[in-house]
Amino acid sequence: MQVQSYFSQLDSLDGELATLNLGPTHPATHGIFQNVLKMNGEKIVSAEPTIGYIHRAFEKLAEHRPFNQITPITDRLNYCSSPINNIGWHMTVEKLAKIEIPKRAQYMRVIMMELARLADHLVCNSVIGVDTGALTGFTYMFQERERIYDMYEEVCGTRLTTNVGRIGGMERDFSPAFHKKLQDFLKTFPAKFEEFNSLLERNRIFMDRTIGAGPIDAERAMAYGFTGPNLRACGVDYDVRVMQPYSSYEDFDFIIPVGTQGDTYDRFMVRQEEIRQSLRIINQACENLPEGEYHADVPDYYLPPKDDVYTKMEALIYHFKIVMGEVPIPKGEVYHAVEGGNGELGFYLISDGGRQPYRLHFRRPCFIYYQAYPEMIKGSMLSDAILTMSSMNVIAGELDA
Amino acid sequence: MTHELVRARIDQQHPGLLTAHEIAYDGMLTVETTRDRILELLDFLRSDDELQFHFLTTLCGIHDPENTGRELTVMYQLHNWQKNIRIRVKVFIPVADPHIPSATALWPAANWMERETYDFYGILFDGHPNLTRILNVEDLDVFPLRKEYKLEDGTRTDKDDRFFGRDGNTGRSFD
Repeated sequence: MQVQSYFSQLDSLDGELATLNLGPTHPATHGIFQNVLKMNGEKIVSAEPTIGYIHRAFEKLAEHRPFNQITPITDRLNYCSSPINNIGWHMTVEKLAKIEIPKRAQYMRVIMMELARLADHLVCNSVIGVDTGALTGFTYMFQERERIYDMYEEVCGTRLTTNVGRIGGMERDFSPAFHKKLQDFLKTFPAKFEEFNSLLERNRIFMDRTIGAGPIDAERAMAYGFTGPNLRACGVDYDVRVMQPYSSYEDFDFIIPVGTQGDTYDRFMVRQEEIRQSLRIINQACENLPEGEYHADVPDYYLPPKDDVYTKMEALIYHFKIVMGEVPIPKGEVYHAVEGGNGELGFYLISDGGRQPYRLHFRRPCFIYYQAYPEMIKGSMLSDAILTMSSMNVIAGELDA
Repeated sequence: MTHELVRARIDQQHPGLLTAHEIAYDGMLTVETTRDRILELLDFLRSDDELQFHFLTTLCGIHDPENTGRELTVMYQLHNWQKNIRIRVKVFIPVADPHIPSATALWPAANWMERETYDFYGILFDGHPNLTRILNVEDLDVFPLRKEYKLEDGTRTDKDDRFFGRDGNTGRSFD
């Protein structure tokens, strides 16, 4: 203890507080955030976060685009799990237009969304490892994420900004190559994942670094609007997939893992368990994948097959109307929430019957919970603050919209 | 707990607090009050033993220039996790006098949401500890999500609505 106070005296420039500018571009913050820290030696006295460095006015853009053209905007919110955003948006429009989605399409969506959650959690947890000094697990887990991206590519042709699915269902059925890649992944991934887990879960250094780092209690977390794994790490079992099941989540058997301390270690552990649960859901969805159509029969919203567009008048008319954004949309107000990679991702849509939304508000989970960051790191070491930030899974694209 | 019970409870404990109510298109109870009594309503919804809308899901602004005297809206959405019921609260305020009390004392989560709403719509949340722009630059002199600000060149016409069967009856166009 004496040694520590000796050094803190040295660092604080004759007892004065030092101002440290952490960011906007800093290798340890994994995104463009600025935090102006008041430091007493290595201890953080206060923090002032500045955000908005990649603000792209998505809510304004959305008021000037037809509904189907808003999907690519949602890609760029939480770009670690784009399919969840895409499908969440499609379901919002479907709720407004009262479109029933066939069971097969719902299960396909569940598979895509759970793959996305898996990829999102893998990135976050392996980066926590990196920030504690364990790079190895990260390099292996990124190879696994690459395989998930290969699967995305099979389904929609893109890897990061997926634009997957359409209003009314999926764009195309899963190909045999996708099924092969998925089965291969489901067979080999768990062993590799458990190996990664064994590197960190009971690792003395990792535990010492993460246990007690950046804690928040359940009551504070709720007051700060926490959702997702960060909230569950505090012991509150709120999960949109269970509270308001969408896309047939009620058909699947999975558990909601919760922590107790709300610290970095618990956040890590909750995500680790959620990865296992996502695998369970994907396995169940694959085994029980219903026969049938991969999209609803809604010619007003869902593009006809391209062959028909060239040969049939009816298909040509629908194709033209959809591409021009002239789809019949009821007037109304809709809120739809999905469980995103880092919390409750909500779409609040007001339609006046026009070709674009009158108002579209995104409830972005990390924008809301990142407010708690100064409180969580106050009094902790700078290195703990870095860890706390990476364990909160703050994604700049979603934060700044 | 049903919507009817929620509304009855509010009316019983605080008569006259709700100025309007409806079940929205998506089935969510939507209530309206005035800015003078918004904190009273939010506090009651949050702390009442029966209602327990303890969680502020989201908060945002809406602008409707044609609704004279009620151009701006602040929309609060609360959630009771135990009974799994949501409620939407709306307050309409004139654009000429865009003041409303801040809810930051009730939920710290409201802090950035209100800053964002100020940044986008210029709604002034009285009592907010730090009401500055959050996503846009500080020296921006407009409130970009208000409808009068066009996304691109306002004189440009990409589509003539008359040719698409939209003569002003089916949706207002702002671009």
